[in-house]
Amino acid sequence: MSRRLAYVQAFNEAVRQEMDNDPDVFCAGEDIGAFGGVFGTFTGLQKEFGVERVVDTPISEQAIIGLGVGAAVSGLRPIVDIMFMDFICVAFDQIVNQAAKIKYMFGGAATVPLTITTGGGGGLSAAGQHSQSLEALLCHIPGLKVVHPSNPYDMKGLMAACIREDNPTVMIKHKRLLGMKGEVPEDPYVVPLGTANVVREGTDATVVAWGRMANEAADAAEQLHNDGISVEVIDPRTLQPLDTETITESAHKTNRVVVVHEAVRFGGLGAEVAAQVQEHAFDYLDAPVARVAAPFSPVPFSPALERHYLPDVDRISAAIRGALERPGA
Amino acid sequence: MTQFDRDVQLDLHRRMVRIRLFEEAAGQLDEAAKLPGFLHLYVGQEAVASGVCAALTDDDQITSNHRGHGHLVAKGGQFNQMMAELMGKSTGYCKGKGGSMHISSLDVGMLGANGIVGAGSTIAVGAGFANKYRNNGHVSATFFGDGASNIGALHEAANMAAALQLPTLFICENNEYGEFTPRDQTMAITDIVDRAAGYGIPGVIVDGMDVVAVHEAAVEAVDRARRGDGPSLIEAKTYRFYNHHGVQNLGLKYRTDDEVEQWKQRDPIFTYEDRLIAADTATRDDVDAVWEELRADIAAAIEFAESSPAPEADQLLVDVYTSTDTAGVAR
Ligand SMILES: Cc1ncc(C[n+]2csc(CCOP(=O)(O)OP(=O)(O)O)c2C)c(N)n1
Ligand SMILES: [Mg+2]
Repeated sequence: MSRRLAYVQAFNEAVRQEMDNDPDVFCAGEDIGAFGGVFGTFTGLQKEFGVERVVDTPISEQAIIGLGVGAAVSGLRPIVDIMFMDFICVAFDQIVNQAAKIKYMFGGAATVPLTITTGGGGGLSAAGQHSQSLEALLCHIPGLKVVHPSNPYDMKGLMAACIREDNPTVMIKHKRLLGMKGEVPEDPYVVPLGTANVVREGTDATVVAWGRMANEAADAAEQLHNDGISVEVIDPRTLQPLDTETITESAHKTNRVVVVHEAVRFGGLGAEVAAQVQEHAFDYLDAPVARVAAPFSPVPFSPALERHYLPDVDRISAAIRGALERPGA
Repeated sequence: MTQFDRDVQLDLHRRMVRIRLFEEAAGQLDEAAKLPGFLHLYVGQEAVASGVCAALTDDDQITSNHRGHGHLVAKGGQFNQMMAELMGKSTGYCKGKGGSMHISSLDVGMLGANGIVGAGSTIAVGAGFANKYRNNGHVSATFFGDGASNIGALHEAANMAAALQLPTLFICENNEYGEFTPRDQTMAITDIVDRAAGYGIPGVIVDGMDVVAVHEAAVEAVDRARRGDGPSLIEAKTYRFYNHHGVQNLGLKYRTDDEVEQWKQRDPIFTYEDRLIAADTATRDDVDAVWEELRADIAAAIEFAESSPAPEADQLLVDVYTSTDTAGVAR
């Protein structure tokens, strides 16, 4: 049976079902217990599973991740929450030098079935330290897997996949999608890590976008459809490992690719996608791979500035039109 | 208890009233959806910032946290630029780029509110280092919460300040909650000042609802720092009257209305006014006049902020680096 759930409820349901199925799964983070998390993602879980399994921690990001790493290496399956994605910086050693590398450095002897959950993205006038999209930093680290769902269905399936995964994963929730509703099956299921979703099929151009931008891209595609332009929208869903195959296949078909993300353009994941596309589809391309991303500045506070900062439907449409202006081969 | 000069006593009052009026106005604007972003109000804790900042000069530096308006007001921040910043206007202290959580004014030695819990403490250590390096006699102070006392940065900062004997004050505002979680669930001690011994620095507990007590402790700690005798920790027991962010005070599920009401009985401003009047330091008319005068300033600041222009899109890339020429920089 499937019914409409909000993104935040889909997250919650995945955690609940996995905790039901596996007594080794527990959660730890700031304000997640009695309060249910500042985004409501952990609502009701402490009541259901008790204070031993849904743990309110001190404001100690390093120790929160470290707790997860140590518990994971010791056989548990921790879900640890870092409230805002920006705060992963406080715990970067534990994520980058510890969680990600232990398996390799121990010659494979240890596994770290750790899920780190965190809220990313801008659009709330939360300024430079509460709005960032730092996925590229994480995807750059061998040993980590990174997911960023754009809708409730993917949220539940990806969260379940992360929890069951034997490698450290980072689940990025988009703060502006928390209330987004969509069909979600009641029974547990997984969206396999590393599989992209073709959100919409098309023939004239391919847009690769994730998180909230996948939805903006779909809206842009709808808008262009009215003008007779057929856009394929691909949401990788998992950013590490990236489903290059699906993206490449699409590039072979449409010959034009636009990548969209909320993070700043320079060194963003769009650069990786563009590089992959030119490696795997160079002979098929009719236009350079275009990138729509944030300008190279911190996220500004003022709504008047943030409006110009974040990519939106208009900027995405313009980039697609730009790619289509180039004459085909 | 030290008897401070009448000027000082009235100055302490004025600082607190300035904070209260600014915060109440900000709260009302927030309720009216006129302020973007998160708003962490300082109402209830005014005695701490006021008592400490009255012991500092404009050349002394402070660092603050997410609940930073009170600290900036106490340090001499101007209503106009503050209100404009909260509204995201180009005339604000940060030209609309920082907002409530990053409000700052180097002119008065306020090195920033901070969105990262604990992050201000290490920066205050750096300011203290610069003061010692230059031998200029200035001190730095960092304000942080009970919740922040549990983050690694704080311990590194306190230890380093102690090891290097820096002129830095650690001001812990223990309001018994970090967001929605009670303090006693996140630490096994009751008094954060117990940790001072571990850093090897002097530590005192003061009644954070008593501005004179805070000021007295601050003056002593500042004197010690200026003498070259290093950092100290002051733990002020206080309470925030409103929610973690936004205004709502009663009917919250993580603390009882009764608890809020009890603390409100100890309002740092009203109790202090009673004392000033009882001691014949001021009359009721005197204190009322302060409120009235400052209310007019607040009204003017709101007017100023509302009529100020929003930043233009061409400001996006300005001030990412010291040069506004971003030609060589990634786009
Ligand atoms: C590194 C980091 N972790 C978590 C947060 C989210 N957060 C903001 S304020 C706060 C509570 C801070 O409590 P305390 O230090 O006691 O200050 P108070 O809000 O009580 O004034 C938390 C957890 C943050 N901003 N930064
Ligand atoms: Mg607190």
